Amino acid sequence: MGLCKTLLAGAGALALAATAASAQKKYDEGASDTEIRIGHTNPYSGPASAYGQIGKTIEAYFKMVNDKGGINGRKITFITYDDGYAPPKTVEMVRKLVEEDKVLFVFQTLGTPSNTAIHKYLNGKKVPQLFVATGASVWGKPQEYPWTMGWQPDYQTEGIIYAKHILANVKDPKIAVLMQNDDYGRDYLNGFKRGLGKDADKIVQVATYEVADPNIDSQIIQLKNSGANAFFNITTPKFAALAIKKAHEIGWKPAHYLNNVSASVGSVMKPAGLEASQAIVTAAYLKDPTDPQFQNDADMGTWRAFMDKYYPNGDKTSAFTTYGYAVSSTLAEVLKRAGDNLTRENIMKQAASLKALEVPLLLPGIKINTSPTDFYPIQSVRLQRFEGETWQLFGDVLSNEAD
Amino acid sequence: MADTVASRNGTPAASAAGFVWGYRYGLLLVVLPLLLIAGGKAGFVSNFQFLQLSLMIVYAIAVLGLNLLTGFNGQISLGHGAFFAAGAYTAAILIDQHNWPLWATLPMAALVCFFAGYLFGLPALRLEGHYLALATFALAVAVPQILKYRHLEPITKGVMGINVFKSDPPFGLPLSTDQWMFLVVLAVAAFMFWIARNLLDSRTGRALIAIRDHSMAASTMGINVAHYKAVVFGISALYTGLAGALHGVIFEFVSPDSFRFELSIAILVGAVVGGIASLPGAVIGGVFVQVIEKYADALTKQISAAVQLPLELDPWLIYGIVLIALMYAMPTGIVGGMAVLWRRLKAMRGL
Amino acid sequence: MEQLLQQVGAGLANGAIYASLALALVMIFVSTNHINFAQGEMAMFSAYIAWQFMEWGLSFWLALPLVMALSFTTGVVIERTILRPLHGAPVLSVVVVFIGLLTIFHALAGGIWTYTIKAVPSPFPEVAFPGSGYIGSHQLGMIGVTVIVLIALFTFFRFTPLGLAMRAAAQNPASARLAGISVDWMLALGWGLAAAVGAVAGCMVAPAVYLEPNMMASILLYGFAGALVGGISSPGGAVAGGFIVGVLENLIAYLGNVVERTTGLYIVGNGEKLTVALVIVIAVLTLKPSGLFGHVTVERV
Repeated sequence: MGLCKTLLAGAGALALAATAASAQKKYDEGASDTEIRIGHTNPYSGPASAYGQIGKTIEAYFKMVNDKGGINGRKITFITYDDGYAPPKTVEMVRKLVEEDKVLFVFQTLGTPSNTAIHKYLNGKKVPQLFVATGASVWGKPQEYPWTMGWQPDYQTEGIIYAKHILANVKDPKIAVLMQNDDYGRDYLNGFKRGLGKDADKIVQVATYEVADPNIDSQIIQLKNSGANAFFNITTPKFAALAIKKAHEIGWKPAHYLNNVSASVGSVMKPAGLEASQAIVTAAYLKDPTDPQFQNDADMGTWRAFMDKYYPNGDKTSAFTTYGYAVSSTLAEVLKRAGDNLTRENIMKQAASLKALEVPLLLPGIKINTSPTDFYPIQSVRLQRFEGETWQLFGDVLSNEAD
Repeated sequence: MADTVASRNGTPAASAAGFVWGYRYGLLLVVLPLLLIAGGKAGFVSNFQFLQLSLMIVYAIAVLGLNLLTGFNGQISLGHGAFFAAGAYTAAILIDQHNWPLWATLPMAALVCFFAGYLFGLPALRLEGHYLALATFALAVAVPQILKYRHLEPITKGVMGINVFKSDPPFGLPLSTDQWMFLVVLAVAAFMFWIARNLLDSRTGRALIAIRDHSMAASTMGINVAHYKAVVFGISALYTGLAGALHGVIFEFVSPDSFRFELSIAILVGAVVGGIASLPGAVIGGVFVQVIEKYADALTKQISAAVQLPLELDPWLIYGIVLIALMYAMPTGIVGGMAVLWRRLKAMRGL
Repeated sequence: MEQLLQQVGAGLANGAIYASLALALVMIFVSTNHINFAQGEMAMFSAYIAWQFMEWGLSFWLALPLVMALSFTTGVVIERTILRPLHGAPVLSVVVVFIGLLTIFHALAGGIWTYTIKAVPSPFPEVAFPGSGYIGSHQLGMIGVTVIVLIALFTFFRFTPLGLAMRAAAQNPASARLAGISVDWMLALGWGLAAAVGAVAGCMVAPAVYLEPNMMASILLYGFAGALVGGISSPGGAVAGGFIVGVLENLIAYLGNVVERTTGLYIVGNGEKLTVALVIVIAVLTLKPSGLFGHVTVERV
């Protein structure tokens, strides 16, 4: 009898424990005991197809995660569609992800116009739009858009940092700016002007180019002839290389500031010519896979092994593949912390409470910090100067305290 | 080039265009959407599927616009995306900056695009074949840049684009926004196809076709070739612009990146694949534009998952192969191909 | 003044890029009466193959004839297999096939060699020469090669029996057939030659703008405009047209900039230079529809 009682009590306790556990397990659409569904769009075709490597890296990353048993025992189903860098297509694909594929959240959608086109829809539906792939400054606004969060340092902050450095280091600055004629160029320029403050009139010439331009020789000649002694180069990799090469060819030697977007040794500095690239300054937050100084870096080794196994066709000189790896690692950490409470609300809550998180491939000293009022995960960068065939870090970890 | 386009192309497709718009089809146009809406209410047809349907119809209107110009009048255009953009921006600006209701913006977008097309058509009169191809190609490439022009930025909002608020169903109709937009788009399309049908049946239509088939002969018969060619350019732009306006409203967003050169190519491909001088061909072309890329994307993923390839497979590879295969099998488009098939079947039964 | 000369120099350099592609376009037009929209992508693909040969250790001047031969063969094969069955098809269907070819070559290049830019070393030595402040040595070499190709084509079409036969086959296939010319093979030959000329263009352009799958996409429109403004049936006109478009574009941006600096009024800038250049080209064409150097063709009714 007594034994029976104990057994009963034990069974009761077990049942109680079981209900307690299942009470802790909370799911929104797109999550279950076995699976987490993540949606993603990326330009695999069209003028921005170079970015397609980011999507492929993320896909490979979660394949690796699944091979290692998933996250908290759940497999990741990563669904990615091509949006050709056209906002209407992004809208269509994101609606498919949310309404048909029933994903838990949308991750790393790329491009400012594309994200602008979907962010009202996602916030209306209360679906997280996590770690968007754009450096525009409009993403970190938790009051207006509590379901949208950026990841990389925003372009404005970076622009401000260059402006301050120019004012402090270039004597009697006359500044020339080359920028891509789109939202990304505009954001950098705005930040840069804000950083200059009352010295904004030190910009003596701004030249723009279109992504479809075959080359930009004409713009560089224009900038050189403005008599500028400082040059802020807001260009994507191909145009950055063209600009560096042409400036060198025509003997223009300003203090050269290159945006982080193009700070790749392998796909910009080397093609442009190492001699032409000397002394260029940029701000960075990620380790460059083509920089000799990280040859024996532990993170880099892990990343290389990952690339060999899961993305063998991938380009190991491209900064997009390291970017994809680092941002995926951040997401993996968020999901790990969310535990069994896989609601959309909790995903946002976890993403908004990262404290001094260290993510592989970030430069030493750069950590991820978020809070319910701070939706900018990476806010600091380090300045580096190109010397020989590698970047040399100098100065402290910088962030834009003014904001 | 333009002459050969039409004269070689016209016959099979045109014969297939003998599409009777009798009352049966009218009835179908009422019953089918009602069935679909009922399906939507019952949960068989999702909002996303309504979006897909709306887009197919929107592209069908755009393709019809190009069809009128190229198929029925023999003028080639590689730049109809420009008129699509003009329509979308007109609607977006009127709704966003002047608070116009949706129903009022559509005629306005149509009007603006008619004039844009007419004005473009006037100098284009002197350009034939390759020259017209270049001029329209240039137009398609220039439009995104014009939208970013510094002095237009206060109106177009430059690179950032314009957010448009979609109107909810009026009179408290128990419909979702997607279902409502589907009905709107369908009604507009039915009306515009009906107009096109009547236009082609009229004196004007016969004049257009006469110009296409032999412009010199047409002018000796007293047809004012210059006038008709410019007007048809305007009408064509009107159709495509209207489609653009609907597109802008459906997506609630317009930006220069939405209307790149690829869009013009997609419309041209839709027109040719569907069947260039045919109204049903425009419908098929619209469906093709909407589904082909997703199909290519999905197929690419399946192939990549099934076989390990030494290179990254790109959906556009499949897209290109599909285009060539289609033209190979049905050089006059799907409608033309169907007509040929139908005749063969009939001949076989006859035996 | 200094800047004006530099801008003209840069314009000529760009012009050489457009001219070399325009030549390939004219080549195929003269022999087949088609504008091949895939020409740019084919040239880009050829440039990739040349780059691959160089990666394997070949020198540029060894890789170039190899790639030209390969491209020639590919051109002939494409004509025989893909376009041959479409000889009776409407022109627009052929245009769609060209679009198909364009996407295939583009997708293949991206798939095989990725979208990261590749630096292609210039085959010309960097030496100082009079005026080297205004134009680079590669650019000068590129202009030279374009002119050589032009002369070679001119001679071929004007003085060799094969060249004459090709022109006859394109202009009047029926009579050419009666004269014993194999029209089909002439078309294939035209495709082969255009592909080879395109390969030269690709290999010359790549060192100037870096090799990547989108390299030629934007150049196609310029090449097309150059070919038409010069007269689509005239190789010399196409080259001149390419240079005109290149210089015109830079001058527009330059003048716009001068106006803005002196008056503070922004009218045109780098964002609009292409649009304005095209408007001018099209205006010229409406006034002189056969192009600046083309012949007026009289059509028999």
